[in-house]
Amino acid sequence: MSVKTSRRGFLAGAAASGLVIGVDARGALAFGVQAKTRDFTPFVRIDTTGRVTVLVKHLEMGQGPATGLPTLVAEELGSDLSGIRVEFAPADNEHYANTLFGVQLTGGSTALSNSFLQYRKAGAAARAVLLQAAAQDWAVPVAELTLENGTISGHGRSEGMGAFVETASAMVLPEDPPLKDPAQFRLIGNPDLRRTDTPAKIDGSAQYGMDVHLPNQMVAVILRPPRKGAVLTGFDAAAAAAVPGFIEAKEGVGGVVVFAEHTWAAFQAREAIAAEWDLSGAEARSQADLRAELSAMVSAAPAYEARADRPMTEIAAAVAGAPRQVEAEFFFPNLAHAPMEPVNCTIEPTADGGVILHDGCQFQTLVQAMVAGALGLEPGKVRINTMFAGGSFGRRSNTDADYPVEAAQAFALTDRSRPVKLVFSREDDVRGGYYRPAVAHKVRIGLDESGAIAGWDHRVAGESIIKGTPFEGGMVQEGGVDPTSVEGTRDTPYRIGGMFVGLTDSAPLSTVLWWRSVGHNHTGYVMETMMDQAARAAGEDPLAFRLKHLTGDAPDQRRMAGVLRAAAEAAGWDDPLPEGRARGIAAHKSFETYVAEVVEISQSDGRIQIERVVCAVDCGLAVNPDVVKAQMESGIGYGLGAVMRNAVTFEGGEVQQVNFPDYEPLRISDIKAIEVVIVPSAAAPTGVGEPAVPPAGPALANAIAALPGGRLVTVLPMAENGVTFA
Amino acid sequence: MSIKLKINGTMSEVEAAPGTPLLWVLRDTLRLTGTKFGCGVAACGACTVHLDGMPVRSCQTMIEDVGDSEVTTIEQVGGEVAEAVRQAWRELDVVQCGYCQSGQIMQAVGLLTETRSPSVEEIDAQMWGNACRCATYQRIRGAILRAAEILEA
Ligand code: FES
Ligand code: FES
Repeated sequence: MSVKTSRRGFLAGAAASGLVIGVDARGALAFGVQAKTRDFTPFVRIDTTGRVTVLVKHLEMGQGPATGLPTLVAEELGSDLSGIRVEFAPADNEHYANTLFGVQLTGGSTALSNSFLQYRKAGAAARAVLLQAAAQDWAVPVAELTLENGTISGHGRSEGMGAFVETASAMVLPEDPPLKDPAQFRLIGNPDLRRTDTPAKIDGSAQYGMDVHLPNQMVAVILRPPRKGAVLTGFDAAAAAAVPGFIEAKEGVGGVVVFAEHTWAAFQAREAIAAEWDLSGAEARSQADLRAELSAMVSAAPAYEARADRPMTEIAAAVAGAPRQVEAEFFFPNLAHAPMEPVNCTIEPTADGGVILHDGCQFQTLVQAMVAGALGLEPGKVRINTMFAGGSFGRRSNTDADYPVEAAQAFALTDRSRPVKLVFSREDDVRGGYYRPAVAHKVRIGLDESGAIAGWDHRVAGESIIKGTPFEGGMVQEGGVDPTSVEGTRDTPYRIGGMFVGLTDSAPLSTVLWWRSVGHNHTGYVMETMMDQAARAAGEDPLAFRLKHLTGDAPDQRRMAGVLRAAAEAAGWDDPLPEGRARGIAAHKSFETYVAEVVEISQSDGRIQIERVVCAVDCGLAVNPDVVKAQMESGIGYGLGAVMRNAVTFEGGEVQQVNFPDYEPLRISDIKAIEVVIVPSAAAPTGVGEPAVPPAGPALANAIAALPGGRLVTVLPMAENGVTFA
Repeated sequence: MSIKLKINGTMSEVEAAPGTPLLWVLRDTLRLTGTKFGCGVAACGACTVHLDGMPVRSCQTMIEDVGDSEVTTIEQVGGEVAEAVRQAWRELDVVQCGYCQSGQIMQAVGLLTETRSPSVEEIDAQMWGNACRCATYQRIRGAILRAAEILEA
């Protein structure tokens, strides 16, 4: 047996406390003893008692990586999922980067897909080397040994795998460990597996950033500018002095930072402070201005061409000359993410002059660099303790690293001796910017004699998410198109004869950010309501009309048609409905996953109730089918809640909403039932956190339009534009 | 002021200004962080605890109003109903991000204590004030029905 030592940690010698196995940044396998992890960072750790720990590199914000990634390891290692310890990985871009982005980031519905082979390989390597170690210790051929449920057996013997950890630590890991044949999977694809985080989340023990209590910590809240561009000119904190627990108030972080001994004191003290602002350079526009500006933009020539099958004028002429036309203009307001846990971040000073950041951190690589910058530290001096996150929906990952940087800036206002926990209230969250862009669309469709789409002229105007961020150089395309503004339109799976997509950027009234499913949350609504309008104009069934535009056997068309058929079948699309009921269908591809949804509604006394949502998803191989279903349920609810009731609006530059009472979340009674069908697939797994959002709104809109006397809602939210919900 | 509270079966003496919500005494003083802060204005239910077995919003319960009532939080809620609810929550894997779930469970235990086999309409009415941004409602409803079944057995 050769023993190799290298920088990558192929370590010889006895294991101090266990075996650690990982895959390095170049995809090579590496392992060593736990005590010496400096040269590489592992995904799997096994101690001499056989206890397996999986280091999860993605943020667990509900979408399931704390279950999915250990499932991959356990499958290949032959262990039981419930016995595995889950630990969140530290900030370490070299080892824990998202392989699709090259940075440590959870986003784009990629947690499972980018980890699929990486974590399986780590599990398989552990298995191979442990078997080899047992073969050596017992002096028997390795081929005669098996490893199941943590026990190595064969040749008439059997022992827990922990007994071989020490021998294994001195061995060379296989370069390419054999992976299981999918036919042999016991855990991957098993609907009976339960989440690893359920126990801690039903007894109050799961720790979120909001739960951090370090010895001697201060709580900081920020009195924020009332409008974008407002500048603090002075403040009076005299009345705050009467609040027990108030420490001090300092100018900083764009406003006044209020320090207190505990959260309630910080909130109370902030209330007591009177601030003065110079509003001369501040945003002053109102919602009506925003609507008018976007409407003018989609009616004028676009600034950029995002897709042009033929020149714009030719397509416009083809539409105008078609025997039948359909046209509509849409408006989507800004939206707050409103994760259940208001964002927060704690900065803890360490003895070596660095800091530990306690955060449900979604973008470790960037947060580490930005916080280091804010504090004048080397990035290596900023460690991140990633905790459970109480939702995100995009809010926690932005290129400003806004709330971790605010925490660092608040900390820098102090003598840096006490930990500082920066807390957002719900008001800070709802009013604080980082919204889904406000967007307008205008679409004109021409139908030919046969009722097929002969031309599709699509104009988008809105606030660019990517421009002005560090992603601009890498993502914005030549010609100036921010792909996130038009994704879901120009790449539609529908075969459309002659499509033009034009884009114009508008100036946001507030900071904008990706919001669950990014551009798809508005483009999906437009594409799928317009498909319904076109079907109606053609006098065809909405399902049949869609399928007619999804011919051929290319994956895009085949898989989109597949989910449409599956959803329609499960929903009984052709079954007659009782009076007062209607159905709507919609399908959309996003993040490489195809989802179709059928929404069934009832109407009585003019009030609409969502009776049932049926969803079919094709996400390739479903590693944890029950998590896939849960994510579909979640995306449906998140998408429907927003189109039904949510908007962030402005009056004189100021956000008009305050808290949940006027940014009303979806409630339990809003949707009576959801059913999810997973379309069987052996394709590589794709994302599930976001793709259920885009079809939900248009399926509801199509159902409402299908009611007798119904019409298409083109201005959102529905509740403020003529729809009354039960 | 100094206040005596009976929390999870033990008497605790805490220092808190009058008008302080029970939520912040639980979380910041007693470090019972299972009870969550979601809105502070009675609009989400994340802060739900029991006062003498009845679900209340701890963000709206002033510390001086607790009096002799017994406070129970997610960390210690027990008994037949709570066990049935937890079992159902496990069977259905209700949780996602989990942040609202302490409040959901406290509300559900309260509901099932009052009404052993609630109808779907009763469940929706009683759980309406507990928001879940992950929209786990379908499973919450299913788990309450399942817990009722467990209690019946
Ligand atoms: S925090 Fe009490 S109801 Fe939301
Ligand atoms: S599980 Fe995330 S808010 Fe309910």
